[in-house]
Amino acid sequence: MSEPRSNRAGLFEEVAVIQGKPSDQVSIHRDPDDLWDDARVIVNIGPTHPAMHGALRMVAKLNGETIEKSYCEFGYTHRAKEKLGENRTYHNFIVYTDRLNYCSALINNVTYAMAVEKLMGIEVPTRCTWIRMVCCELARVIDHLICVGINAVDLGAFSFFLYGFHQREEAYTLIEKLCGARLTTSYTRIGGLMHDAPEGWEKEVKDWVKRTRKVIDEMDSLLTGNRIWHQRTKGVGVFNREQCLQYSWSGPNARAAGIDRDLRRDQPVMFYKDVEFDVPVAQNGDVFDRYSVRLEEIRQSLNIIAQCCDKVKPGPVWAEDKRIRIPDKEVVHNTMEGLIHHFKFFMTGFDVPAGEAYTTFEAANGELGFYIVSKGGPRAHRMRIRGPSVWHFQGLTPMCQGSKVADMVAALGSINIIAGELDR
Amino acid sequence: MSSMTLLDWAILVGKCVITTLIMLQIAPIMAWVERRGSALMQNRLGPNRIGPFGLLQSLCDGVKFIFKEDPVPGHVNAFYYVLAPLVSLVPAFMTFAVIPWAAPLELGDRTITFQVANLNVGLLYIFAIASLGVYGIIMAGWASNNKYSLLGSLRSSCQMISYELSMGLSVVGILMVFSSVNLTDIALAQGQTLLQLGPVAIPKWGFFVQPLGFLIFCTAAFAETNRLPFDLPEGESEIVAGYHLEYGSMKFAVFMMAEYVNMFTASGLMATLYFGGFQLLPGMSQLHEAIGGGAGIMAALQAASFFAKVAFFMWFFVWVRWTLPRFRYDQLMDLGWKVMLPLSLLNIFLTGALMYAKVI
Repeated sequence: MSEPRSNRAGLFEEVAVIQGKPSDQVSIHRDPDDLWDDARVIVNIGPTHPAMHGALRMVAKLNGETIEKSYCEFGYTHRAKEKLGENRTYHNFIVYTDRLNYCSALINNVTYAMAVEKLMGIEVPTRCTWIRMVCCELARVIDHLICVGINAVDLGAFSFFLYGFHQREEAYTLIEKLCGARLTTSYTRIGGLMHDAPEGWEKEVKDWVKRTRKVIDEMDSLLTGNRIWHQRTKGVGVFNREQCLQYSWSGPNARAAGIDRDLRRDQPVMFYKDVEFDVPVAQNGDVFDRYSVRLEEIRQSLNIIAQCCDKVKPGPVWAEDKRIRIPDKEVVHNTMEGLIHHFKFFMTGFDVPAGEAYTTFEAANGELGFYIVSKGGPRAHRMRIRGPSVWHFQGLTPMCQGSKVADMVAALGSINIIAGELDR
Repeated sequence: MSSMTLLDWAILVGKCVITTLIMLQIAPIMAWVERRGSALMQNRLGPNRIGPFGLLQSLCDGVKFIFKEDPVPGHVNAFYYVLAPLVSLVPAFMTFAVIPWAAPLELGDRTITFQVANLNVGLLYIFAIASLGVYGIIMAGWASNNKYSLLGSLRSSCQMISYELSMGLSVVGILMVFSSVNLTDIALAQGQTLLQLGPVAIPKWGFFVQPLGFLIFCTAAFAETNRLPFDLPEGESEIVAGYHLEYGSMKFAVFMMAEYVNMFTASGLMATLYFGGFQLLPGMSQLHEAIGGGAGIMAALQAASFFAKVAFFMWFFVWVRWTLPRFRYDQLMDLGWKVMLPLSLLNIFLTGALMYAKVI
């Protein structure tokens, strides 16, 4: 290398990071046939980059604008959730589940509650289950609206995103009526719900479904037929069926590549076998297919919500089990026993019998799982979470190999990486 | 020039001042239009707090831009870094000088042209000066010493050079039809009638004789002004903000102004070359007859028509920006070289053939 090293110190340090060596031992690989090897540029895309959804980082070696080599890094939002699950009571941990996939907090709440209920052998009442199903599908619609919307924003179509955003805000208002919170809901309790749905809520949800259907059609007609959109998304960020299986992809991203698997249909929990819905599957596994699968899934979710709203009947929302039933405020404020019960519940928590349980549910992004090992007592012995984004994010590097920077942005947006779920 | 009297000088300076003032208002007005327009398309309200309909929002923005701290980052090449915004703004201002807003007015023995300079090479002057704008962007990208800025400025230079080619070739058709490069002559020539369909007279506007040329010119204009779907030099989701990534406060505002002024010039060109320029809009000549106005009123009406056309194209820019997604860099190049360039050559050939056949 004829050039003095000092002039290129920055490059050496960056390569040292990539190769994991001290910077004075780094040798920059040179292909003797390639005169333009020095033309390579290493850029940090993230962790603070407008296209990075959350604090993610990709280090890419660019040839012009083509990504020749890259690696992805995550962990910037790591909060040791799984360890926290071993230090908090089962009840305390509910709020942490909100912060996994914060776009669909309700699904996390429900799945976690189901895992603990499975461990304790609790059956929740019918009304509770129907409301939980409405919640899950609301959260799925919100999540998908964000995913396709942000994907479009990354490709320059801003208005499309805001059409969906309006409906999303309305959905959050519906959720606010349930639990007072919009984003971090913490709505479920082990064996029940924080509050029953207010009167007339189902009707409001059904009205919202009607309006949202129209908006989805509008969004569909705005973007799906657009030629620039086709050029930007078809054949871009392809992750085919085999790769999806290798990388253990799930959810809409896998269905876009032809893997016909939806846990709501294949391993029905709650009352999913009593509602009718289709599972959209596409074949190519590119950005366009992921977009269309998600758009169609929004429609199917809206159908499910409408059916659930018809089927939900008045009734109790709490399982009558002394261990997990949070005493009513009436009882807490007026009786000694109630107060003690309340105090013991929140300070010590309830005992869960020894055993282990793994519950999966089709979350908006894919298979969300909670694996809990209990040795008795009010805290989990081990808590593990399967966040679908982890698996999807691993696929980003092979997916972007040899593509343009702009395609990387499109691909990342289409697999909907949520940093909260990825880093936990 | 020696024959210029004091009055001539006064008129010239007056025109310069008026043109500059108009241009200076473009950025604030367009910032408002863009915000309210995008809000209109996106079911939002947009800025509505300051002044009626939020009209004074731009004023506040201007104040904010001026009073913001204006640091020069340590890693930049300070000289070119400061120079770059000016280099992109000045050509943007200069190009508008030759676009006429009204027909020449005969006042006594004096002819007043409604543009700063009635150059006989008007169109060539515009292309020559407009090309200089790209230097500002390249300078900004290079001087910023930032990889994303560099990518942005590289994209920009490729894009501008590629699309300038088809832009230049697309107006060759217009030059053939009207046999002039003087913009006033071109605008005047568009006053003739192309077709008489009963009571409706279709004027010989550039659009009617050169529809393909207009399409190419319009697309290239979007690329030249770095607007969506061709806003790759900025491409905020890919290369953050491209060439103006390291710029803040008024320096950034100057880049933004340059973009809007370029849009204004492009709109002015589209109006002048393809939509009759200052030729009256339908119904206006009847209005002129009805109020029995003189030459002065006529000039005012012509200016109104011209600016109405320009305003439409400005709105068109905004409209497209909030509707379409962005191209990818290589697709943009493909479009420029494999579609637009052959089409503009075809347009020249077709125009020649039609002129030979005496159709136009």
